Amino acid sequence: MNASDLQSLLFYALAILTALCAVGVVVTQNIVRAAAWLLFALGGTAGVFFMLGADFVGATQLIVYVGGTLVLVVFGVMLTAQGPFVNLRTSAAEWAVSLVVGLLLYAVLAVATLGGTWTKQERTPEQQVAMTDSADSNNSILIGHAFMGQKIGPNATGYLLPFEIVSVHLLVVLIGAAYLARAKRRRGVANVDR
Amino acid sequence: MTDLLSSLLALLLSQETADLLAPILAAVVKGSIIIVFMLLSAIFFVWLERKVSGRIQDRLGPTRVGGKFGWLQTLADGVKLLLKEDTMPANADSMLFRIAAYATLAGPFLAYVALPFGDGWVAQNLNVAVFFMLAVLSTEIFGIIFAGYGSGSKWALFGGMREAAQMVSYEVPMAICVLVPVIVSGTMNLNNMGRFQSGFLWNWYLFHDPFTFAAFWVYFTCATASCKRAPFDLAEAESELVAGFHTEYSGFRWLIFFMAEYGSMFAVSAIATLMFLGGWHTGVVPGELSEYLGWPGNLINVGVLIFKGWMLVFVMMWVRWTLPRLRIDQVMETCLRYLLPMSCVLLVGVAFWQVAMPAGVLMYLKYAVSAVCVVLVLFTMVKVWTTRTPLPFGGVQELWGRAGVPGGIEAVKK
Amino acid sequence: MLIADIGLPPVGLNHYLLLGALLFVCGVLCMATKRNGIGVLMGVELVLNGANVNFVALASYNPAFQLEGQIFALFVIVLAAAEAAVALAIVLNFYNNHATVDVDTAEELKG
Repeated sequence: MNASDLQSLLFYALAILTALCAVGVVVTQNIVRAAAWLLFALGGTAGVFFMLGADFVGATQLIVYVGGTLVLVVFGVMLTAQGPFVNLRTSAAEWAVSLVVGLLLYAVLAVATLGGTWTKQERTPEQQVAMTDSADSNNSILIGHAFMGQKIGPNATGYLLPFEIVSVHLLVVLIGAAYLARAKRRRGVANVDR
Repeated sequence: MTDLLSSLLALLLSQETADLLAPILAAVVKGSIIIVFMLLSAIFFVWLERKVSGRIQDRLGPTRVGGKFGWLQTLADGVKLLLKEDTMPANADSMLFRIAAYATLAGPFLAYVALPFGDGWVAQNLNVAVFFMLAVLSTEIFGIIFAGYGSGSKWALFGGMREAAQMVSYEVPMAICVLVPVIVSGTMNLNNMGRFQSGFLWNWYLFHDPFTFAAFWVYFTCATASCKRAPFDLAEAESELVAGFHTEYSGFRWLIFFMAEYGSMFAVSAIATLMFLGGWHTGVVPGELSEYLGWPGNLINVGVLIFKGWMLVFVMMWVRWTLPRLRIDQVMETCLRYLLPMSCVLLVGVAFWQVAMPAGVLMYLKYAVSAVCVVLVLFTMVKVWTTRTPLPFGGVQELWGRAGVPGGIEAVKK
Repeated sequence: MLIADIGLPPVGLNHYLLLGALLFVCGVLCMATKRNGIGVLMGVELVLNGANVNFVALASYNPAFQLEGQIFALFVIVLAAAEAAVALAIVLNFYNNHATVDVDTAEELKG
C-alpha cells in the first residue's frame, strides 16, 4: 500500500457516499428528506472536485450550489410543504419501469465509458510554459485570466464573451424570477386560503 | 508536520508503513486540534458572554458561585447539558432532527481547516482559502433549516425560514466585501494575505485606503448577521419564537448548536483579522516574528491572532447586549437597501482606486489613515477613562461597590 | 504489514466517469418518478452535477483542456443557479394558482 492507495481509499469513500446520497434522493418519498440527501450528494461532489485539484470549482460548487441554489430549493419546499405534498407517492408500476430504464441507461453509459481508451496525456512544452507555475497552485488566477479573455495554451480561446453573456443572463433571470414570483394580492391569497 | 510524524513512526514501524500512516495521523491530529480549540473557545465565550452581558446590563454575572470570576459556572453548565435528557418531539422528523445539529457544526469545523493561525500554521494551505471558508460557513444554514423543519414545531419552522432568508441575503454583501482586500492583495490565500501585512500598523489593509476601511465595517456587520447574533438574531428571537430553530432541542444536541454558533463567530472574526487587521502581526514589531525567532515567534503569532479574533468576538457580544433586536423586514431592508449597494460601491471604488491613483498617494495614504485612527482611538480611550460616570438610577449599587468597580460606591456617595 | 495490500485498483479516469454516470442516471430517474415539482428540479440538479464531474475529471486527466473543463463546470454551476431560480418561481406560481405542486395535475394545455 502506498500513497496512491491512500488516494484510492479516499476516492472510494467519497464516491460511495456521493452515490448513496444520490440514490437516496431518488428513493425517498419525503421531499424535505430528498433535499437533505441532495445536500450531501452535492457536498460529496464538491469533495470530488477538491480531490481532482479543482479547488476553485469545488469552492464555487459549495458557495453557489449548496449555499445558494439548494437553499432556494429548500425555501421552495418549505413554502409549499403542506401535509399532502410532502409525501407525493409514486405508484409501484412506475417504480418498476423506472428501475428497469435506469439500470439499462446506466449499463449503456458504463459500457461506453469502459469501452473507450482513456490515456493520461502529458503536457506539451508550450502548454507547460503557458501554465507558468504548477497549475493546481495557480488555478484560480488562470481561470480569472481566461474569463477576462486571455488565451492560455495553444488550443485555448478566451472566455470574455460567454462570461458577459452569462452576466446579462443572470440579470435577466433575476428580474424575471422576481417578476414571476411577486406577490399577487387578490387571486393568490384567495386560492391559498382554500 | 507529516514529515515529523513519519520520522517518529519510523522508529516503531517500517519506513513505508510510517510513510503511509503519517498523513492519516497528521489529519487526525489536526482535526483534533481544531475540535479542541473550538470546544475551549466555546467554553471561554460562554463565560465571557455572561460577564459582558452582566456588566452591560447591570447584573454582574456570576460572582458568588463557581470560584474566582465564576469560571466554574461554565463547567457546571456543560456538565448539566451533558446529563440532561435528550428529548425528541413525537411528530418530529427523526432523521432531520438528528442530523441537524451535526450538519450545523460541520460548517464552522471545515472553515477552520483553511484558517492559518500563524505563519504557515494551517491545516490545509488552500489557494482559495477565504472563498472556501465563506463557502463552508454558508452551509451551516442547512442544519438550522433542517432543525426548524424537523422539529415539527411552528416556532422552530419560523426560525428556520427567517434564518434561510437572512443568511442568503447577507452572504452577498459579505462576499463582495471580502473581495475588496482580495483586489488589494491579489490573492485569496489567507496565509499569503497575512504575510503581506507584516510589519507595522500601517501595513494593515484596514488602513490601506478609504474603501478597505469602509469594507471592514460593512463586512463585520454582515458577519454579525450571518452568525445570527443580535441585533440580527431573528432565527432565535426569544421574545417572539421561544427559542426559534432550537426550541425543541435539549442536552447534547443543543450544546452542539452553541458550539457551532461560537465557532462560526470566531471563524468570521478570524477572517476579518486576517484580511483587515494584519493577521497574526502585532503591528508594533517590524517584519515577521517567525523569521526572527522560529517556532516560538510563530507561537506568539498564534496568540496575537487568537487575541484579535477574541476582541472582535467581544465586540459582537458588546453589540448584542447593547442594541435591541430588529424586525425581520428591517433586517432584510438593512441588507438589500443599504449594505448591498454599499458593498457594490466599495468593490467598484477600490478597483478604480487601485488603477487610477498615483503610486505616491497609494504609498503614503496608509500612514495618514492609520495615524488618524490611532489618534482617534487613543482620544476616545482617554475620554472614557477620565470621565466619571455616576451609576445608573436603580442599579444594584451595593453589588457594584462590593465587586470592586473603580469608583463604584464612592461615585454614588459624591 | 497489516494493511500492506488491500488490493484496491488504482483510481483512474474511468472511476470518475462512472460516478458521473451514476449521478446522471439518478437525476434522470428523479425527474421521471417524482411527482412533486420541486423534486423534479432536484433531479435536474443531479444531472447537471453528473455532467460537472465528467467535465472536471476529463480536465484534470487531459492537461490540454485543464482550464476548459473547469470553466465549463463553472458556467454549468452558474446557469444551474439561474435555472433553479426561474423554475422555483414557476413552481410557486403554479402553487398559487392551483394550490398543489403535483406536476401530474399541470395538464391544462393538453390537447
